Amino acid sequence: MSDSNSIKGSGHAVCVDDDVDTDMIIAGRYLRTKNKDLWAEHAFEDYDPTIVGRLSCSVIVAGKNFGCGSSREQAAAALKAAGVKAVVAKSFARIFFRNAINLGIPLFEVADFECREGDEVFFDLEEAVVECGGRSYESVRLSDRMNEIIAAGGLIEYLGRRK
Amino acid sequence: MATLSERLLGSPEGSFTDLELSRAYAHDGTGLQALLSFLRMQTKVRYPEKISIIYDHIVPANNSETANLQHELRDFSKEAGFDFRDIGEGICHQVMSEGVCLPGEVVVGADSHTCTLGAFGAFATGVGATDMAAIWATGETWFRVPQTTGVILEGRLKGRAEPKDVALTYVTRLGMDGATYRAIEFTGEGAETTEMEGRLTICNMAIEAGAKAGLFYSDDKTVSYLAEFGKDAARQEPEDCTYADELYLDLDDIVPSISAPHRVDNAVPVDKYEGTPLDQVFVGTCTNGRYEDLKRFADIVRGKKIAVRTIVVPASKTVLQKCIETGVLSDIVAAGCSIGTPGCGPCLGAHMGVLGEGEIGLSTANRNFKNRMGVGAEYYLCSPSTAAASALKGEIANPEEIR
Repeated sequence: MSDSNSIKGSGHAVCVDDDVDTDMIIAGRYLRTKNKDLWAEHAFEDYDPTIVGRLSCSVIVAGKNFGCGSSREQAAAALKAAGVKAVVAKSFARIFFRNAINLGIPLFEVADFECREGDEVFFDLEEAVVECGGRSYESVRLSDRMNEIIAAGGLIEYLGRRK
Repeated sequence: MATLSERLLGSPEGSFTDLELSRAYAHDGTGLQALLSFLRMQTKVRYPEKISIIYDHIVPANNSETANLQHELRDFSKEAGFDFRDIGEGICHQVMSEGVCLPGEVVVGADSHTCTLGAFGAFATGVGATDMAAIWATGETWFRVPQTTGVILEGRLKGRAEPKDVALTYVTRLGMDGATYRAIEFTGEGAETTEMEGRLTICNMAIEAGAKAGLFYSDDKTVSYLAEFGKDAARQEPEDCTYADELYLDLDDIVPSISAPHRVDNAVPVDKYEGTPLDQVFVGTCTNGRYEDLKRFADIVRGKKIAVRTIVVPASKTVLQKCIETGVLSDIVAAGCSIGTPGCGPCLGAHMGVLGEGEIGLSTANRNFKNRMGVGAEYYLCSPSTAAASALKGEIANPEEIR
C-alpha cells in the first residue's frame, strides 16, 4: 500500500443531487478525444457549469444513484483529471462504481451522510469511514481486492504489480 | 433453487466469482478508450477470436479527429485478429443479437446497454474501458453475483401497446435506481408470449432501472429466432426460485406510453402529452431500431405524409436489408422520412440529428437525460407506433387513434 495517500485524505465537499447521470458528468459531445484535460474542463457542465471551478482537491458528495446511465469511463476519468479525491454518495450506479474503482478513485457509500458545500470531508478507505463536521460515518465496506485496486491507483497499475 | 443469473454465473447471489467470458465487445467510442488502457498494460491479447469491435456510435465519422481515432482502433483490431465490424454493420448489441450471442453465455460489452442480450438467456452486462482492456489481456473478469428482481408478466399486449411500453412502464414502476446492483428476470405467461425482438427491447432498458442485467429464459421462440441465423441454441427450463423482490405487470393494462423529459422513470399514458408540438421524431437505436419496430412504424405512415422532420435509423445492415426486401423502407421514405446509416444515430448526442436549443423531440431511444440529444432541447421517449402517429400529426399523438 505505498500509495496510501490516495485511499486516506481529505477535501472540500462539492455537493450534487440524486440521480446525477454520466451525461451530466461529461457530455457525449466531448467524448471523442484522448485529451483528459478536456473532460476535466467540461465536467458537470450541463448540470451546473460553476462546479468545475471547485473540483480541484474536492470530495464529491452525492445523493443516490450517482453516475447512472452510460458505461463511459470518461465520467470517472473526468473527475480524476479535475482533482477529485474521493466520492461519497448515498448509492452508486453499478458501472460508474466499477469504473471509478478501476481508475483508483476511493468510493464511499453512506446512506445518511450530512455535509454542506465547502465543508472539509475526511476519508479512510481501509477503515471504510468518512468524517464531516466532527461526525464519523461508516460506509459500505469494499472487498479487499477493490481496496487493493484503488490503493494501486487503478486496475492497470494493480495488474502490473501482480505480474 | 437458483435464479437464472446464479445458474449462468455458477455461484450464489452475493458471492464474487472470476469467470472466463464467452465473448466481449466494444464500439468505436469505448473501444478506443479500452485500447489506450490496454497499451499501458504492455501485454498481449489472450483470446482475440472472442473480441468484437463494432463501429456504431459515430458512423460515418463526423470530423477529422473522430476519423483519426477510428483509424487507430481499426488498425489495431485488424492486427490483433479481433472480429472487426466497420461502419454501417449496425449497433453492437444488435449485431451481437444476430446469431453471435447464444443462451447460457456470459458476455460483457463496453456499453451500458449490453443487458439487451439477456433476452437470449445469456448473462450480459456493461463495463467500462479499463475493465475491457483487462479482459482483452486475460479473457476473464470478476463478477459479484447479483440479487434478482423478478418482473412477472401476465396477460397479453392489446391494440398498439408494444414491448417498449412495457419497458417504459417497468422502469417507471421500479424507478431509475430501483434495481441497482441487481438482475431483472422476466418470467410469467406474458414473458413466454413476447417475441424475441420485444424481449430485446425489454432487456435493453434494464440498465435504466440501474440493473446489471435483464434476462429471459431461452425457449422455443429463442431457438427458432437463432435458427434463422444458422445457430443451434439450447432451451433453459425455469426453476422455482426466490427473488429479492417481485413486480407484477399485467400486459392487458399496458397502454402506449411516454417518458417525459428529463427522466426515464417518468412514463405516463400518451394521452397526457397529446398535442405537444414536435420539432423532430427519431426512430431507431438499440431499443427500437429492429425490423419489427420499423415495420410497425411503416404500417402507420404507409401512404401518408409526415408533418414533422423524422429520422429513421435501422439498427443494423441486416435490418436495413430486410426493410428493403419487404418494402418497409420504401414506405418510410415515401412518407417523407430521412434515413441514416445503421448505427446509434443521434442517440448519444454527438452527431446526425442532434436537436437545437428549445426544440422538442420524440424518440424511440432509451434515455431522455437533459442535454443528451441536444443542449437545451427536450426529449420524450415512446414506442415506434407512437412515434409514427406523432410524426403524421407533428405533435405527440396516440397510435390507438390512427386508423
